[in-house]
Amino acid sequence: MTDTLSVAPPNPVPTKHLPGDLAIWFFILAELLAFAVFFSAYAFTRTNHVELFNLYQQTLDRNAGALNTVLLITGSWFVVLAVKAAHRDEQKAISRNILLGFLCGGAFLVVKVFEYSAKFGAGISMSTNTFYMFYISLTFFHFMHVILGMVILAILWFQSRQGAYGSHHMNGLESGAAYWHMVDLLWIILFPLVYVMH
Amino acid sequence: MQFKSQAVAKPYFIAAIGLFVGQILFGLILGLQYVLGDFLFPEIPFNVARMVHTNLLIVWLLFGFMGGAYYMIPEEAETDLFSPKLALLMFWIFLVAGALTIVGYLTVPYATLAAMTGNDLVETMGREFLEQPLPTKLGIVVVALAFLFNITMTVLKGKKTAIATVLLIGLWGLAVFFLFSFYNPVNVVLDKFWWWWTVHLWVEGVWELILGSFLAFVLIKTTGVDREVIEKWLYVIVTLTLISGIIGTGHHYFWIGTPEYWQWWGSVFSALEPIPFFGMTVFAFNMVNRRRREHPNKAAVLWALGTGVMAFLGAGVWGFLHTLAPVNYYTHGSQITAAHGHMAFYGAYAMVNLMMISYAMPILNGRAANSNKSQVVEMWSFWLMTIAMVFITLFLTAAGILQVWLQRVSDTPLPFMVAQEKIVLFYWMREWAGVVFLIGLILYIASFFIGGKEEAAK
Repeated sequence: MTDTLSVAPPNPVPTKHLPGDLAIWFFILAELLAFAVFFSAYAFTRTNHVELFNLYQQTLDRNAGALNTVLLITGSWFVVLAVKAAHRDEQKAISRNILLGFLCGGAFLVVKVFEYSAKFGAGISMSTNTFYMFYISLTFFHFMHVILGMVILAILWFQSRQGAYGSHHMNGLESGAAYWHMVDLLWIILFPLVYVMH
Repeated sequence: MQFKSQAVAKPYFIAAIGLFVGQILFGLILGLQYVLGDFLFPEIPFNVARMVHTNLLIVWLLFGFMGGAYYMIPEEAETDLFSPKLALLMFWIFLVAGALTIVGYLTVPYATLAAMTGNDLVETMGREFLEQPLPTKLGIVVVALAFLFNITMTVLKGKKTAIATVLLIGLWGLAVFFLFSFYNPVNVVLDKFWWWWTVHLWVEGVWELILGSFLAFVLIKTTGVDREVIEKWLYVIVTLTLISGIIGTGHHYFWIGTPEYWQWWGSVFSALEPIPFFGMTVFAFNMVNRRRREHPNKAAVLWALGTGVMAFLGAGVWGFLHTLAPVNYYTHGSQITAAHGHMAFYGAYAMVNLMMISYAMPILNGRAANSNKSQVVEMWSFWLMTIAMVFITLFLTAAGILQVWLQRVSDTPLPFMVAQEKIVLFYWMREWAGVVFLIGLILYIASFFIGGKEEAAK
């Protein structure tokens, strides 16, 4: 056993390199701040209307939410694979994985549209009550971010097909990947907060 | 001056400053009317003076933006202006139309003016900031379109830089959103809803792009920092502006009859509006600290730093002060709003125009910068105007807090005018701060006429 341990690769040297462009991180932080304000507003409002929030939370489709969580995490995984492929200069794998990530985003939107149509079909709107106001506001704001993330992935896919990324050209790909992970991260907070926790 | 056609900016700048003086004089008249209610009545009633004060502000800022664009665009596109003649023609049309409008306000009762100018054909008058008679509004559209045509054609035939693109988006946005001033639904909720598409989306949306673009241009010229660095900052600022500013419109939809969710959307997004302004401050100081050359025009650099700081304080901090719905429930339409309006307009838009004029005018006069002596006077004008504006803001904020307390919060609320009488001391102090502001403005103008050893043009 000790032999096998001794030949194991050394721990990767921690790097101070920030993946992607500094500008995208400013942008991501601003986005996170906007969501943080919304999440806090949700939390504080809920403390005054716990029963109302618990009651109407039951009406949400948790299975659809869980499915969407899986879709976004899978999408993020594909984007990670794309970045890894770029480090190894495997051009085909870069664009293939970006495309798969994009498709996961698309599937998320489809599930969400079904969920929305059920709710809107039942006559629910932002003016129905405070819980639904938050549910629609938060999920729709996130929905728009998924669309923006997909636009970014589409650009990355298009660029990667022309060989724009590789081990020495990581900036654009890493910037876009960081944004896509943010979209995923936000959902991982949003889903338990709005759909599950009571 | 790199391109001959940049010279068309000069009359625009001169007109802007002339109208600015008019705005400040009417500001002083208004300030006095706060404390001496019948001052100049019936010749210039309060509502007319207020309309002239705010309309002159808008018009002089527009003159400044156009002048700044005519100066900047040829240099960015590296080609002469598409048509300097068209620019000059539009200058005279805009100036005459503007002057006639002000004369109309001052000589004819507003209702008569409305009847005389065809307001019954398309009803557009009678709304704050958009009081202009129909012919003036149409004139603004014609001038704006000719102006946009001119600078867009210039960019199309020349180099397309990020800074010029941001300016074009800002200016096109300005023109497009002005079109909402022609839409005036009978339903007062809808009317207010769309009214803000001009007013808010101008000052908290597209005008910020113009501000960012001018600031970036002057910083490139005066600091010598790489264009790529400056452009990256500009992109981030523009994005943050649009994210926070567009939905931030919701902070005007709290109490006008729109659905309740606007209280959340408006509060959350407008709470983020200080961020792009903070970004501009950091941007300006960062670039000046990393400068690679000492530009002879120190005064212009001072204005560039000043506009960042004052825009952040006036628009960012003083805006945030009363933007959350639970706070705004009490402060809406009080002197706190006036405090915010004064410092925000001065910090963001008056100062950026003064910066552009400070930078460009010496060059238009054939020198890199004014003499040291004249720059010292200009810096005095900077500090006098800026400190006076800080005090105007503080006095109005104090007046506002008292007003809100006396009139809306206390157990025995007082009627509006009774509350006003109790805060009259602050209005007097505001008026004196206004006098100091006027002295600063006179010094600014005087600084351009002071000789001394001139810095040679490069």
